[in-house]
Amino acid sequence: MSQKPVDVLVDPIVNNNPIALQILGICSALAVTTKMETSLVMALAVVSVTACSNLAVSAIRSYIPSSIRIIVQMTVIASLVIVVDQFLKAFLFDISKQLSVFVGLIITNCIVMGRAEGFAMKNSAGISFLDGIGNGLGYGFVLVVVAFFRELFGSGSLFGITLMELDRNGGWYAPNGLMLLPPSAFFIIGIMIWVIRLNKPEQIEEA
Amino acid sequence: MKPLRDAFDRVHPLFAKGGILEKAYPIYEATDTFLFTPGETTEGRTHVRDGIDLKRMMIMVVVALIPVTLFGMWNTGYQANTAIVQMTEADVPIEYDWHNTVHTAIGLGHDPGNFLDNFVYGAIFFIPIYVVCMFVGGHVEMVFSVLRGHEINEGFLVTGLLFPLTLPASIPLWQVAVGIAFGVIVAKEVFGGTGRNFLNVALTSRAFLYFSYAGDISGDKVWTAVDGFSGATALGQMAVVEKGAIESLSQVQYVWGETGEISWMSAFLGTIQGCVGETSALLCFVGALILIATGIGSWRIMSGVVLGVIGTSLLLNFVGSETNAMFEVPFYWHLVIGGLAFGLVFMATDPVSASMTQKGKWIYGILIGFMTVLIRVINPAFPEGIMLAILFGNVFAPLIDYFVVQSNVRRRVARYAS
Repeated sequence: MSQKPVDVLVDPIVNNNPIALQILGICSALAVTTKMETSLVMALAVVSVTACSNLAVSAIRSYIPSSIRIIVQMTVIASLVIVVDQFLKAFLFDISKQLSVFVGLIITNCIVMGRAEGFAMKNSAGISFLDGIGNGLGYGFVLVVVAFFRELFGSGSLFGITLMELDRNGGWYAPNGLMLLPPSAFFIIGIMIWVIRLNKPEQIEEA
Repeated sequence: MKPLRDAFDRVHPLFAKGGILEKAYPIYEATDTFLFTPGETTEGRTHVRDGIDLKRMMIMVVVALIPVTLFGMWNTGYQANTAIVQMTEADVPIEYDWHNTVHTAIGLGHDPGNFLDNFVYGAIFFIPIYVVCMFVGGHVEMVFSVLRGHEINEGFLVTGLLFPLTLPASIPLWQVAVGIAFGVIVAKEVFGGTGRNFLNVALTSRAFLYFSYAGDISGDKVWTAVDGFSGATALGQMAVVEKGAIESLSQVQYVWGETGEISWMSAFLGTIQGCVGETSALLCFVGALILIATGIGSWRIMSGVVLGVIGTSLLLNFVGSETNAMFEVPFYWHLVIGGLAFGLVFMATDPVSASMTQKGKWIYGILIGFMTVLIRVINPAFPEGIMLAILFGNVFAPLIDYFVVQSNVRRRVARYAS
C-alpha cells in the first residue's frame, strides 16, 4: 500500500474524482452551488474536515477496536465539523447563514467518511492527510465548476460581481431560471462526467 | 430525376470509404435517401412484414401534423389581428416590430375577418421559429452524426416541427435555439442518438424553457403576437377563481382581443389563445386518425390517456373542494382546453419513449391522463399538466414494460409448472 505522495494528492482531482467517478457527495453539490462564494467556502470546509479527520483517524487507527470503528470515526468527524461551523459563524457570518445546514451536513458527506474508513484506517498519518486534502480538492473542483456555470448563467455574475447586466435591471441578459434550481447541477455534473470520460475512456464502466 | 441520380452517383466516390470527404458521408447519405428510395436490400435471415422504414414513418407524422400547423398559423394571426383592431379603435399605441414591417411590405392589413391577413401574419411569426429550430437542431444532430459516423435521419423533422408547435408565437427566437439545442443534446445525443432517447426530445426542450424562462412560457398567461397584450389563458383563469370554474370562462376579460366567452365549441375548434399548435382539439383528432390509420400512433396509448383523464376528473368531481374550483371541471372540458389533445396525439405516442408492450401502453396512457388532471387540478403552481405528465410517463415506461414482461413470464411459468 505504498503510494507516492504526489499521486495521493493529485489523483482524486480528475483521475479518481469523488463526485465524477465515485458519485459521492452529490447532495451538497446540488445545494450549495448557486453562487461561487458559497461553494468555494464549502469546498474549503470539506478540504479541512477531510484532511484533519484523515489525520486524526490515521493517528489513532491502531487503538480503534474494529467493532466500534465507525462510531469513533463519526465522533472525530463530528467534532471537526462543529469546529468548522463555529469558525464560519465567527468570521464569515453571512456566508455561514447562506450555507445554513449544509456545513453541519458535512458529517454525513460520504466522501469524509469514505476516506476515513477506506484510506486512513490502513495508511500512515502523513499520507492520509494528503489523501484528505486531495479528495477535498477533487470535491471542491467539481463544486466550483458547477457554481461557475450556475452563477454565470443563472445570475449573470461571478462572486457577486455582475458580468452580464440582467434584463430586469435594464441590461441585456435574460437569466436562466433553471440554473438557480438544484436540478441544473445534475445536468452540469453529468456533462462534466461526459467530458472527463471522453478524455479518459478508462473511466467508462462496462455495461 | 435521372440527371439528379447521375449527379449523386458521380459524387459518391468522394464520400465513400477512402474518399476525400469520407467524414461527411452521413450528410451525403441523408440527402440521397431523403430524395431516393435506398438501393440496398436487407441481408441475412430477415422477416420483412412491411415496407415501412423509419424515414417513411417520420414523414407520416409530419403529414399528420400539417392540419394543426396550418390552423395554428391562421389562429395566431387571427388572435393578433383581433387585438390590433381593437387597440387601434381605442387609440392605444401599438409597438410594431419587424413582423409587421414584413406583413405590410407584402401589402396585407390587419382584418381579423380576412383569411389571408390572418394566415400570413401568423406565418410570419411561426416560420422564423420553425426555421431557427430546424437550423440549430439540425446542425447539432449533424455534428453528432458526423463525429460518430451515424446516419442522419428524418427523426429530427418530427421533433423540429413538434417543438415550435408547442411554443407561444411571441417567444424570442434565441430561446427557441437554446431550447432545441439543449433538448437534442441532453435528451437524445447523450443517450446515443435517434431511437435511444428515453424522453421525448421536443418536450424536453420545452420543459427546459419552461423552467428556465418561466415568465415567458409557464401557461397561465396568454401570448398574443402583439405587444402590451396580456390576460389569463383558459386554464390560468380557472386556476385563480374560487368558485364556478367553467362559468368564469363565460366572462374572460382580455384587455384586448376576443373578449367574452370561451365556449366549449371554440375551445374544441381552437379559436382561442394558446401555443401555436395546441388550440384545436378537432385538428389534433384528425391527426390522430391519420396516425392510427397508418399504424404509426398507438390507439392504445391515446385511449389510455383519454380514459385516465375521464376517470381522474370524474373522481375529482366526486370528491369536490370548497376552495379549489378546478375540482369541478368536467372531463369534456379537460379534453379540449390547453395542450392535452396535442400532447396525447403527438407526444405521448412517440414510439421510442413510450411503453412497448401492448398492456404496458394502456397503463402508460392511463398514467399520463391521471397525472395531467392531477397537476392541473391539485398543483396551483402549474396550470397546465400534459407536458410534465408525459415526461413523467416517459420515465416510467421502461419500468411498466419490465413488470408487464415479468408478469407474463410468471403466468407462463405457472401454466407449465403443473
